[in-house]
Amino acid sequence: MQVPAPFEYERATSVDHAIGLLSRRGSTARLIAGGHSLLPMMKLRLANFEYLIDINDLHRELGFIKVEPTLVRIGAMTRHRELLESDDLRRMFPIFNDAERVIADPLVRNRGTIGGALCQADPSEDLSAVCTTLDATCVIRGPDGERVVTMAEFYRGPYETAVGADEILIEIRIPVWPNGSSAFEKLGRRAGDWAVVSCGAAVWLDDGLITDARVGLAAVGPNTTGIPAVSLALQGRAPSEELYAEAGEIAARSCTPVTDQRGSAAYKRHLAAELTRRALRRAVARIRGEER
Amino acid sequence: MRVTMRVNGNDVTREIEGRLLLVHFLRDHLGLTGTHWGCDTSNCGACAVWLDGEPVKSCTVLAAMAGGHEVRTVEGLERRGELDAIQRGFMECHGLQCGFCTPGMLMTTRALLDRHPSPSEQEIREAISGQVCRCTGYATIVRSVQWAAAEQAGTRTTIAANETS
Repeated sequence: MQVPAPFEYERATSVDHAIGLLSRRGSTARLIAGGHSLLPMMKLRLANFEYLIDINDLHRELGFIKVEPTLVRIGAMTRHRELLESDDLRRMFPIFNDAERVIADPLVRNRGTIGGALCQADPSEDLSAVCTTLDATCVIRGPDGERVVTMAEFYRGPYETAVGADEILIEIRIPVWPNGSSAFEKLGRRAGDWAVVSCGAAVWLDDGLITDARVGLAAVGPNTTGIPAVSLALQGRAPSEELYAEAGEIAARSCTPVTDQRGSAAYKRHLAAELTRRALRRAVARIRGEER
Repeated sequence: MRVTMRVNGNDVTREIEGRLLLVHFLRDHLGLTGTHWGCDTSNCGACAVWLDGEPVKSCTVLAAMAGGHEVRTVEGLERRGELDAIQRGFMECHGLQCGFCTPGMLMTTRALLDRHPSPSEQEIREAISGQVCRCTGYATIVRSVQWAAAEQAGTRTTIAANETS
């Protein structure tokens, strides 16, 4: 029987209340949202905390997807299922729908949250790749107010983020640019599993040429990896199979996979190239209305 | 700590440890052993129950987190001694052999039918994709849900056990 080591349970009633509890408890405390990463780790004693602060009541405050003219704001307590079922996200950023369909399973998606997924900072976590691809920023609130960090600043290594011991991730912001689309490709060993490699791509076109493109890869480095070299190679050029292949080669060269039980480093590099090609191809097809 | 929640329509209050998992609260503290305790790692789905109307894996929810909320277990499916259509579907179409996954399967497919009264085979398979059955190969589970959907819609014309599809 697997149970976590003893801890004290408290429930936060607001973001500020949660920050107050964290400030008092320090690094012996941890926020629990969906709990589907934290509780398994606590059962295995890979994580041990004396206090768990349940923030599920904050879904009222932090469960939202708000579309603004230049920005989509997603509250940190928005659950996977809500991301999957959002018509706004499906229309503006289909990469979310692609990814959510292959994240865990429907029951887990009923509980897990985007904030929890990002804060877990698992190198193989799919939403991290989505947010990196979309050039998202993270709003972190603490006793001294709010700060906004890029995804590159957010990640500090496997399972480590910029969120301090007395801080809470409250919102993810995604910039909106016209005439773009996105896609997500993942290869796992079985349905609902972590990625062997997963890849997001976002492309923006103007007059048939790529004005900007971004690729984000998960499971091929200590954290989700954005590949700036891919963006540089694609800007100003017309989409083509040759160009996708070139981008794929850059992605394969730029990532740092390791051999583990999910596959060899060489196989993961191969996947990084192939999934980059597929994701770019699909994103472009979506801009052109050739694919949903 | 003290926790109060509504389980199958009844308010219950118990003194528990913060680390107690919902599945053990239901089975050991309330005696509701219909909910099965399987893999312990949120993979198998045998422990699926409803939390505020949505199926969740109760091995990965703290009992404390369910405090103030509404839980429904497989014991809460029958009404006034009459089995739910989904339960009858599993009986009619051999939706189980050993029965270990069945309570979880019943809870997720009941939730599916509440949202989509006539789901496609693909939708049924997606709905149970977080649960493991080692007996049926899922084919008879799909058929059981289709039976229940037809039963509820009043369109069931043949006896499912004789169907060969």
